[in-house]
Amino acid sequence: MITISGKSVFGGVSIGKLLFYKRNEKVIKRTHVDNVDEEMVRFQNAKNTAVEQLKGLYEKALEDVGEANAMIFEIHQMMLEDLDYLESIENIIRTQEVNAEFAVATTADNFSQMFASMDDAYMQGRAADVKDVSERVLDILCGTGGGMKEMSEPCIIAADDLAPSETVQLDKSKVLGFATMYGSSNSHTAILARTMNIPAVIGLGEALSQEYDGKNAVIDGFTGTLYIDPDEKTLAEMQEKRARDLEQKALLEQLKGKENVTKSGQKINIYANIGNVSDVGAVLKNDAGGIGLFRSEFLYLENTDFPTEEQQFAVYKQVAENMAGKKVIIRTLDIGADKQVDYFGLDKEENPALGYRAIRICLTRPEIFKTQLRALYRAAMYGNISIMFPMIISVDEIHRIKAIIAEVKGELKNEGIPYKEDVELGVMIETPASVMISRDLAKEVDFFSVGTNDLTQYTLAIDRQNAKLDEFYNPHHPAILSMIRMAAENAHAEGAWIGICGELGADLELTEEFLKMGLDELSVSPSMVLPLRKKIRECE
Amino acid sequence: MKEFKYVITDPEGIHARPAGILVKQAAGYESAVKIAKGEKSADAKRIFGVMGLGVKTGEEVTVTADGADEDKAIAELEAFFKENL
Repeated sequence: MITISGKSVFGGVSIGKLLFYKRNEKVIKRTHVDNVDEEMVRFQNAKNTAVEQLKGLYEKALEDVGEANAMIFEIHQMMLEDLDYLESIENIIRTQEVNAEFAVATTADNFSQMFASMDDAYMQGRAADVKDVSERVLDILCGTGGGMKEMSEPCIIAADDLAPSETVQLDKSKVLGFATMYGSSNSHTAILARTMNIPAVIGLGEALSQEYDGKNAVIDGFTGTLYIDPDEKTLAEMQEKRARDLEQKALLEQLKGKENVTKSGQKINIYANIGNVSDVGAVLKNDAGGIGLFRSEFLYLENTDFPTEEQQFAVYKQVAENMAGKKVIIRTLDIGADKQVDYFGLDKEENPALGYRAIRICLTRPEIFKTQLRALYRAAMYGNISIMFPMIISVDEIHRIKAIIAEVKGELKNEGIPYKEDVELGVMIETPASVMISRDLAKEVDFFSVGTNDLTQYTLAIDRQNAKLDEFYNPHHPAILSMIRMAAENAHAEGAWIGICGELGADLELTEEFLKMGLDELSVSPSMVLPLRKKIRECE
Repeated sequence: MKEFKYVITDPEGIHARPAGILVKQAAGYESAVKIAKGEKSADAKRIFGVMGLGVKTGEEVTVTADGADEDKAIAELEAFFKENL
């Protein structure tokens, strides 16, 4: 068995024969032509045919993968009709008196080089688009063209890289998966694979050799692994993984659009936790009712300096818009402890979990906090955003937060920048102190969200990263459950609502208990939304 | 000649899809339409030029229109940028 690792672009497992994509190889030679006008006509005709073909592909893609993804073929048409591109080809044909093939190939190289040299991974990926459209014209000029159109049996397609047009032209009923040597997760092939729900692994490199053509293979799209000639054990494991995945997908179809309601009619909201904008797709796909925890840290962790207000605004706005009116609870900066960022210039601490982190940074460095709040209040105009504050231990902190919010609103108003006046505010319940004073906190805010991971660590005095303590660690410890119950009673007594956004929320053994406590919401990872819905619908 | 300035808020910047829509839109005007980022400028009717600017989120562009229908072009393009970028 040979194991090759690459990058996963779509989860799922596929098992079948590996089939290498074959292209008609053509060699472009530079030849002299006597009649450049005739050569220009040859080129024009080929180009027009190529545009016609792209129109056809657009129509096909429109049906297969929807308008947003089909757009690439419209862009390809524009590229072929771009004046810079056409002028370059005409110029080469006329001044060098050479064949159209050579002019197209040279122009394609130059233009793809321009994209490849840009300082942006997305634009670098567009070099492949230029090559793809130019290949099409070359195929028409050379009379080659059309890669493999027919497959006798369903196969896993292997290739160095697949052009979008090649991907779309494949007979989808026979494609089990994609395995490519190169390509990026931004490539259209990756996007199309995701849209068509076909397991795919890219970036396998030179290890994906032609000699494996026709061999049995398995793609594990979850881990980004390709197995060639899998041994019995691996094959059995993968078959099981595939079965589980298909079961999950069937569950999804069955439970999509259904209410989270128990047999006796008790309802509860199921939201999803996300850590990046790219997770929103999974939230919608799994039919979550909203986003219960949007960790804003990625904005800080992925940057080399403090993210600007505009950067943050764009992200919050996009998520709010994509969720189209569904609730999006954004947690303010939770840096510190196990999440360190160099440019914050934080000192080393003896006890980081009990240290300078989260709201404590925000309240002592208000310039950082205000940038985030400005972005949040502005973005709230575009959807249903709520703001949640982490690591709260006192009512005084809430008063200080509210004073800063008032300043931020005043500044926005003076600058004439639109913002939402009333944004729902909540606090994380993740310290024992916040539980003990939850009645007072509930008078100040609209909602609570219990962060069970930290609450457990602080309550049991157990470092969750220390494996030696596993035997003492009990996530179902009665102390934790009574804390959640107490916070729920106090929230409801003051008209606030309460949810859980920690790992415990997805613990199906506790679902019934949480329903009894009268929790209003559970926020879990997107893949847990439907299993949790299933569990709730089975409860009395 | 008419112009407006705009700061791109789309997190992906002017990537292929909006560039394509922009070129289509700009091609509909008689006026010459240019888009500039700093020193670099491109014909907004040419997709390679527009994509070649590599405009990212948070960057400011200046759009100019020069010709018979420049008023209409600028008004509609400004609306287009606000809506899509």
